Amino acid sequence: MIWESWSAFWDMGGRGFFVWGSYGALLFAVIAELVSLRSARKAAIQSMQETHETP
Amino acid sequence: MARTEQQSNDKFAGRWFWRYASPATFYPLAGKIEKIGWVLAVLLAVIGLYMGFFVAPTDATQGEVYRVIFIHVPAAWMTMVIYLAMAFWAGTGLVLGTRLSFMMSHALAPTGAIMAVVALWTGALWGRPTWGTYWVWDARITSTLILFFLYVGYMALAAAFDDKKKGDRASALIALVGAINVPIIYFSVKWWTTLHQGSSVRPGSSSMATTMLWAMLIMTFAFWAYCVAASMHRLRTQIIEREQGAAWLKEAVK
Repeated sequence: MIWESWSAFWDMGGRGFFVWGSYGALLFAVIAELVSLRSARKAAIQSMQETHETP
Repeated sequence: MARTEQQSNDKFAGRWFWRYASPATFYPLAGKIEKIGWVLAVLLAVIGLYMGFFVAPTDATQGEVYRVIFIHVPAAWMTMVIYLAMAFWAGTGLVLGTRLSFMMSHALAPTGAIMAVVALWTGALWGRPTWGTYWVWDARITSTLILFFLYVGYMALAAAFDDKKKGDRASALIALVGAINVPIIYFSVKWWTTLHQGSSVRPGSSSMATTMLWAMLIMTFAFWAYCVAASMHRLRTQIIEREQGAAWLKEAVK
């Protein structure tokens, strides 16, 4: 373990804001993309099923 | 349009890959690639983040803030790689008239744009403590911002036409013309001496500690796998949208 404690880990040598602000933004972007992928898929399937139902 | 497709079909008849230019055959394959992509992305991200935060040492000059590199560089690389892939499929669509190529191109764009945002955002947060500023109109940063606008313009143009074929062709032109920006980004640190540092990784030699470099490379592969999985997912959604009436689709989508 290169960190003396977990609080030292979160502190990142006083640069926690910049490090976690970067990783947090990435996490947010990934979650947002996954949510949008799922909802787009749902909408596409729904509209496809409607096409098949109405002859 | 239909005639071009027929002609190119004849030209490439007999080639094994041509079979996969059909949405019906590529749909299940895309699903398999997507699954492998998600698994690799998670696995590699766990290994890469562990190495990046618990194995790689503190940087002698920058301290801990350099750890942003493990996501900044992969995101910056991916936004360029995805743009080239997007332009390649757009060009293929224009030349061969294949529907799937345009769908592939559209599927890549949002992920590429997200990677540009991540690269710019993490760069800003990294720049503040190391350069003393969140933003500077440096050649590399400005050209990356332009790449983001190219992605946005591409997506807007693709969605702007009621006739999807027109949208495909118009957006493909933006993708191709904008591709010139990618080598500009790549060589910007050599051509202009501005604030952004040059590359730390060169074939055969590198200015980084071995564990740092490995963590960054593993994270790059994690990003790569993620981008492949996300764009394959989006491609399948595109196929469902565009091939709505096809009978095979009803069976494939369960």
